[in-house]
Amino acid sequence: MSPEMLFNLLLKSLGQTAQMVAAAGIIGSLIGLPIGIFLATSGKGELFPAPTINRIVGLIINAARSTPFIILVVAIIPFTRLITGTSIGTYAAIVPLTIATIPFFARLVEAAIREIDKGLIEAARAMGATPTQIVFKVLLAEARPSLMAALTMTLVSLIGYSAMVGAVGGGGLGDLGIRYGYQRFMPEMMLAVVVVLIVLVQLVQSAGDGLARRFDKRNRKN
Amino acid sequence: MTIQYTATDVAPSAQAGGKPQGAPSGTPMVSFEGVTKRFGGTGGQPAFTALGGVDFTVAHGAIAGIIGRSGAGKSTLVRLVNGLEKPTSGKVIVDGTEVGGLPESGLRDLRRQIGMIFQHFNLLSSRTAFDNVALPLEIAGVDAKTIKAKVGPLLDLVGLGDKARSYPSELSGGQKQRVGIARALATDPKLLLSDEATSALDPETTQSILQLLKRINAELGLTVLLITHEMEVVKTIATDVAVIDKGLIVESGRVFDVYASPKHDTTRTLLASSLALPEWLRTAIKPTPSAGDRALVRLVFFGETAFQPLTGRLVAELGSDVNILAGGIEEIGGKPFGSLVVSYSAEPAVLERANRFYAETGLTTEVLGYVA
Repeated sequence: MSPEMLFNLLLKSLGQTAQMVAAAGIIGSLIGLPIGIFLATSGKGELFPAPTINRIVGLIINAARSTPFIILVVAIIPFTRLITGTSIGTYAAIVPLTIATIPFFARLVEAAIREIDKGLIEAARAMGATPTQIVFKVLLAEARPSLMAALTMTLVSLIGYSAMVGAVGGGGLGDLGIRYGYQRFMPEMMLAVVVVLIVLVQLVQSAGDGLARRFDKRNRKN
Repeated sequence: MTIQYTATDVAPSAQAGGKPQGAPSGTPMVSFEGVTKRFGGTGGQPAFTALGGVDFTVAHGAIAGIIGRSGAGKSTLVRLVNGLEKPTSGKVIVDGTEVGGLPESGLRDLRRQIGMIFQHFNLLSSRTAFDNVALPLEIAGVDAKTIKAKVGPLLDLVGLGDKARSYPSELSGGQKQRVGIARALATDPKLLLSDEATSALDPETTQSILQLLKRINAELGLTVLLITHEMEVVKTIATDVAVIDKGLIVESGRVFDVYASPKHDTTRTLLASSLALPEWLRTAIKPTPSAGDRALVRLVFFGETAFQPLTGRLVAELGSDVNILAGGIEEIGGKPFGSLVVSYSAEPAVLERANRFYAETGLTTEVLGYVA
């Protein structure tokens, strides 16, 4: 194989990884966010008290998070087929990636919201705010830097997870590294994949940190 | 116990400078009727009684201080007023409306008429001073134009007109509390609740915040209910005071009267700064005299007696030497208030002459005990 072909292969895999991470990141976060808010506000005596449902949702989340990702990928194949009409390929891989993202992000959102000073909730209640207003005007606004950090962490984890979906023909950089770098004994391909992944993670992390810093007004000295 | 502040106790500003106060005069702004509050008591845990039967009223336009040690129940008491806590029994009535009888939506309307400030300010770190003050207006559904017209003057009122774009982390403690006050005033409340608003501030900043509250009370005719553990706060701005201890109001009345003759031990302890005896004297006191002992007496000067040379006359009248052991003069509610602890011979003849002198001059006195 010519270097040009290899380069095109690398580029194509990068595109697949980006596609999977972006789609799963966006859909998973959008679903995980309200679940995380629910987890953080539905305990006994909180804004939307529903302690029983809270416990049940918590249990499901824990179960999902303790399932090894590669098992999850295989286990939900029927569901994947239902959604995408196929069980192999990049689109199909987005389904398990999204399913894995939801509980991961939801727990991070829960932690970010629980971190907020209870005094702020009390102050908002004393102003006559409804629970919904408290969520949008106080909790989400104050948690913005932490939420940004949570999103970054989720995307970085997703890049890692996406390496495993080669198992269902998802493609992507991880898959390329295994098939060419390892199985075809092409160490230079393996190295290229690892370098691209490192750069990708660095970029995501830096962008996330930068945004988080911009949202954070808690320590403004600049 | 029931304490009634009549309508005539209302600070003049409430009628003069203020806006119309809605309720008929004579109805108190806040009234507690046999209010109790217990926490827990479910699932085998013993219940904790935070308030054990409180009767208390705050008149329109008053600055009422509730003072007590931490854990005395004062935070619970103030949270009953805006319904952040619900009473276990009894009624809390704000300007004629019973708080406990309101549905959630009615409670939110009521809360928009009650401002609240906090010990730790509770400002949103993600919002500028301007946006923090705007928050209660946004919550009330006020349009952006009105908000803009309203917030500026409020920041000017609290002396932060130039800090509108600053974030809380760029402000000092005193400035943060000023933002908190402006925020509490945003919805034109008729009542301001202050939960230890100066406890996290240094003495100088405390004074400036208290003066601001006093000015707001006078200029806007706003009733203020504040809780604190510092007598200094009550002394500086309050017109009325209630002393709370172990969930009960043990003493209350006009600040000056309570200060002049504290009846309850808790009150005395809280008055420690000016009224407590020095350690060496306290340990030396005996409840009954033995031969040759001296009587230890506190003389309290206020009103008329503050301006007369009574100490000198006391020495002459007694025909015995008078030893001054402790004392001080301060200003409470704009009036001079002096307290002097003296000792003189505990011989019956001397004591009788002393009592006659006190009766003649109207001096308030209290026999603290006897010392060798």
